[in-house]
Amino acid sequence: MSKPKKPKQTKQVPTKQTPSFKPPTAALATHGPELPKIVTSRIGVENSYTLDTFLNTGGYQGLKKALSMTPEAVSEQVMTASLLGRGGAGFPAGRKWSMLGQSPVKYLVVNGDESEPATFKDRMLVENDPHQLIEGTVITAYAIGAVLAFIYIRGEFALALERLQAALNEAYQHGAVGKSIFGSSVSLDIIVQPGAGAYICGEETALLEALEGKRGFPRIKPPYFPAAVGLYGEPTIVNNVETISNIPWIVKNGGAAFRRLGEGNSTGTRLFALSGHVKRPGNYEIEMAKNSFENIIYDSDLGGGILNDHELKAFIPGGVSSPWFGPEHLGLPLSAEAVGQAGSMLGSGSIVVMDHTTCIVRVAWRITRFFHRESCGQCTPCREGAGWLEKILHRIESGAGKEEDLDLLMDVCDNISPGIIWPPAQTTICPLGPSIPPSIASGIKMFRDEFLIHVKEGGCPISDARHSAEVSRV
Amino acid sequence: MSGLNPETLAQAKQLLSLYPHRRSALIPLCHLAQSQDGWLTRQAMCDIAELVGITPAEVLGTVSFYEMFHTEPIGRYLISVCTNISCMLGGAYDLLDHIKKRLKVSPDGTTSDGLFTLQEAECLAGCDKGPCVTVNHRYVDANTSDTFDALVEQLKAGSLEDTIPVHGVLIRVKRERGREAVKDDGVEVAT
Repeated sequence: MSKPKKPKQTKQVPTKQTPSFKPPTAALATHGPELPKIVTSRIGVENSYTLDTFLNTGGYQGLKKALSMTPEAVSEQVMTASLLGRGGAGFPAGRKWSMLGQSPVKYLVVNGDESEPATFKDRMLVENDPHQLIEGTVITAYAIGAVLAFIYIRGEFALALERLQAALNEAYQHGAVGKSIFGSSVSLDIIVQPGAGAYICGEETALLEALEGKRGFPRIKPPYFPAAVGLYGEPTIVNNVETISNIPWIVKNGGAAFRRLGEGNSTGTRLFALSGHVKRPGNYEIEMAKNSFENIIYDSDLGGGILNDHELKAFIPGGVSSPWFGPEHLGLPLSAEAVGQAGSMLGSGSIVVMDHTTCIVRVAWRITRFFHRESCGQCTPCREGAGWLEKILHRIESGAGKEEDLDLLMDVCDNISPGIIWPPAQTTICPLGPSIPPSIASGIKMFRDEFLIHVKEGGCPISDARHSAEVSRV
Repeated sequence: MSGLNPETLAQAKQLLSLYPHRRSALIPLCHLAQSQDGWLTRQAMCDIAELVGITPAEVLGTVSFYEMFHTEPIGRYLISVCTNISCMLGGAYDLLDHIKKRLKVSPDGTTSDGLFTLQEAECLAGCDKGPCVTVNHRYVDANTSDTFDALVEQLKAGSLEDTIPVHGVLIRVKRERGREAVKDDGVEVAT
């Protein structure tokens, strides 16, 4: 694949004060000199989270333009942009908006409950460009006719919550939120809502339950979409932080300009959160479909290659719910279609790289442990299945495993997600249950021998050795 | 054990006025109560129940679902160490071992001086600089044994109180405006 030469990246300079708040997550430009930064244009700019900086860099221009258009015309631009939701499911935002039920009371809820392991893009956006999120929220609320908007932020994101609340105070003061926005007849209130620690609240109906002051239990479907029955039973649009952060640019530059980036259904740019065994972990905004996994992992201005120049063993392409890929998949473009056809997904946009010293059993165990801890407990296959899978994986890793355990693992997985197919079948209310099997099935499919060695040798042959090799991380 | 003090109660009423349905204020109110005492006391939950118009059992029902709410006293500083996938690949379990020895405490335990509670956390979205450690949900640079030890000394000396408030204090920025866009017909605020 030919690609344009890109400019040298400058990394965020770490603050001297130790310990302190972390500096903004390193993050970076679109891949290629002529491409616009859509959501990360202010990342790295001094005081990027303040109103002054925002206004000096074109802030609230999109909102002003939107207010001069009809709500339908705004929606039309988003539809033209073909913006896919950036939360994980990848549902087209414009189409979601068009499904909104009729009611005098409609709500907008922005999903900032980012808790998917290895995903840290929304936190960066809220901490560093909260006004962009507020602008996108007001535009979206105007387009869909919402009477009130909530921005739900994961409770653990203390800095993001404080920056967003401060920005919201400024936005009210500036007239961008509240009564008669910029002197127009449009009014909107926004409430910053903190979560309280529950991965499942990223699932949109569980989030609505949390927002109603209840346990974060995903709702039984149908109704399938909050657009029909949502918050307090009213039509509600739930969009991810990154999705909403794209809206001001789309309105300012037009949906067609957005659509010109990327390919097919994968339009625009997207934030990829790269972590694990790479030299330059971070969030990278790159044009969709035009770059491959090889680009993001190895290019010198992106991932920079495998840490310690080790060999690549495997990588997780789209969050821990996605089936894994091996080195043979490096050439795949970062497009929803291509990755889907290859049997996985871009999901939340988080890529985890594992080098040749990684113990696959340990990784599968840790991911399964996560799902076990975070299962809400409503559905038996997920609640019980995750627990048993974790126990079996742990005994293999610690040397008490049996060869039959491999079949047992697959059998339990099959009970959670019949057939262990892709996209997964579901026996549970929400997709958390079916998110458990992919890492186990991938591990066994790609590295069956490694599981068997654990059984034969009575424990992990890798973990101890690799620990000492790992300390040279910068 | 006393419940919400007058100052917290005033803030609670302000919070309640924002929502179209009172129960939506429940989680923010619990954070508020936790900022007063560092944890959620029984009486605070009873007071919140009265404010929201639900039973104390319903409050506890919600509270017990969420990781961030503590219905028992915990340390002044909650140290969360992420051991999830990316941080594990970066050596999080080694760091956790060190922290356990340094603080002489196991995960979910509190040091005898009441200063530190240790938590093995799920992904904290700090995957690029892992292993990720937070103190009272504030990110700190403590991903090596040495930097962690330095952090402990600073916390003990009280030199970080500006950046890391005591446990329970979550959002130090107060909302300045109430609801402004409520229509005269009050449709949106119907309960």
